[in-house]
Amino acid sequence: MTAPGGRTGATRKLVLGLPLGWMLLFTLLPALVVLAISFTEKRRGAPPFTPLLVPGEGLLPELNASGDNYALIFSDWLYIQAFAGSIRIAAVSALITLLIAYPMAYALARVREGVRTPLLILVVLPFWTSFLIRVYAWSSLLNSNGLINSLLLDAGLIAEPLPLLNTEFAVHLGIVYSYLPFMVLPIYAVLERMDWTLLDAASDLGARPARAFFRVTLPLSMPGIVAGLLLVFIPALGEVIIPELLGGSHTLMVGPVLWNEFFGNNDWPLAAALAMLLLVAVLLPAALIYRLARRTEVAT
Amino acid sequence: MDADQDRPLTGGDAPPIIRIRGVTRRFGGTTALDSVDLDIGRGEFFCLLGASGSGKTTLLRAIAGLETLDSGHILVDGEDMTGWPAYRRPVNMMFQSYALFPHLTVEKNVAFGLQEERRPRDEIRDRVQATLDLLEMGALGGRKPHQLSGGQRQRVALARALVKRPKILLLDEPLAALDKKLRERAQAELVSLRERIGITFVVVTHDQEEAIGMASRIALMRDGKLVQIGEPRDLYDAPCSRYVADFFGAANLFAGTVAGITAGIATVDSGEAGSDLPALCDGQSATGAAVTVMVRPEHIRLSRQRPAQSSALAARVGALAFLGNSYACELTLPTGKIVRVRLSPLEFEAAGRPAQGDEAHLWWEPKVARMLSQ
Repeated sequence: MTAPGGRTGATRKLVLGLPLGWMLLFTLLPALVVLAISFTEKRRGAPPFTPLLVPGEGLLPELNASGDNYALIFSDWLYIQAFAGSIRIAAVSALITLLIAYPMAYALARVREGVRTPLLILVVLPFWTSFLIRVYAWSSLLNSNGLINSLLLDAGLIAEPLPLLNTEFAVHLGIVYSYLPFMVLPIYAVLERMDWTLLDAASDLGARPARAFFRVTLPLSMPGIVAGLLLVFIPALGEVIIPELLGGSHTLMVGPVLWNEFFGNNDWPLAAALAMLLLVAVLLPAALIYRLARRTEVAT
Repeated sequence: MDADQDRPLTGGDAPPIIRIRGVTRRFGGTTALDSVDLDIGRGEFFCLLGASGSGKTTLLRAIAGLETLDSGHILVDGEDMTGWPAYRRPVNMMFQSYALFPHLTVEKNVAFGLQEERRPRDEIRDRVQATLDLLEMGALGGRKPHQLSGGQRQRVALARALVKRPKILLLDEPLAALDKKLRERAQAELVSLRERIGITFVVVTHDQEEAIGMASRIALMRDGKLVQIGEPRDLYDAPCSRYVADFFGAANLFAGTVAGITAGIATVDSGEAGSDLPALCDGQSATGAAVTVMVRPEHIRLSRQRPAQSSALAARVGALAFLGNSYACELTLPTGKIVRVRLSPLEFEAAGRPAQGDEAHLWWEPKVARMLSQ
């Protein structure tokens, strides 16, 4: 018989080690490669950047790092505006998504078992179609001779087509539409576990329904709200397809800019520097929200 | 005493603090409350007792305002509560699961109701502390509910309801979640707490021993109806039906017909017992009426020698269990009917230490046997 301690120890190492190894290999390592490239300079050839380490005079190679890419980004208004635009649009979209998703999640948690499953399937159903196609469909719905404008024109409600496509409104719409399930599901998961007699207790103690919601239901759904905000904010921040297809040239977001540097200008080092700054832009609010979540965390 | 059984007693001459009239509540096809009428007196420790599904919790929630009624009225202190939402009623409830807010500390849980009343900060702090002190929880105000033991949680739930100074405290199975030892102590504490603060307690329980131990009066419920209301002694000694007799502890029940009545003592011809049984007459049933004779196991005498009583029944001793403070004995009559007897150790000695398989005789004083017409 193996010693139970040793055996569980080995299993434990395997269980923790596999995902950890995976993360190291496919997340941390590539991120380090991108970080390295961000300190190089663009050149013609393959790879299209100067090597970070060059043969030195002694035995050790010499570091050939340059901060020029970062300097360029911080000196050019365009990049800063792109970052600011991304953060603003992602934050506003995440909040709008929350406002729409919360009542949906609440309803899902309170309806009869029989109705709940079909509704949950409806929430997840859009995932069965390609993301790209769904965003593309919105662009054809929103353009000046698209379905929405033609219906409004036919009804005589407007005289000219509304400028819907290629606006920031369209980008918000696209993000809210695309990421709604990522907000609904974590909030639903929290509400579904909630003990609803707590609301009876709040009512018994003199709280009107609205007060009971803000003092009991809402604080108890914070873990789901935080998870949902992160799940929407983070991908929305680096979103490429939605601003490309729905935002047009009016909406400045960092995703399309990065894409353009990489594929359009073939400037890998600058794109890498943008990617690293984007990572920081994601990690900062994520860490902030995480701390907030830890503070309000509820042990059940 | 018997004549009072049909009408609800109130605590003295004062008007009742709770007056329930014709309250009906249906859930789909089932009737949880079936036109219930009940008066509960000021300062009572009133128990709603019943098996699960009897409607006792629904009635408690109806008083709290957490159930809407299909018909009927509930008056609290003379005021009709119809249309009053739970958050406006002058009653507070302690939930079976305690329903403590998991994200709030003990202090904030207790302060919750006072904050809803928009009391000044100082008053809230003082009253919360005073109530926690009353329940010996003063030192644990900063803990979260998950950091407390079951008994401590129960006290927080109690404090949270009491701090509002309700006219009536409603308690839904207040002891069910506690272990046996703690339960006995908590039971005594609830009784003394009610005496100290003087408000009316209405307690729901499924446990007849708990109800007998705590209540000033008990209402036994079955299928949404009140079966019998009375002091614990009344329900134990003078149950109105076989159901009540059976619910309140062990009872030996013999079906039969009244053969004759002399001087308040009826003789009941019972086929089940294979003999004539003496019982205290209920004053209603006449000769020839179908009745049930009820005798509590502790009221039955047992002896190995044939006693002088002519009504003594011969029986064979079956299972015998020593329970520490008593012996539980099952005897089989020649008809096959099993009679349960409980003997104190002294009585057991006096009966001649009967053993399994022995022939024995059992009898009882006629006045301890009750005649049930239902």
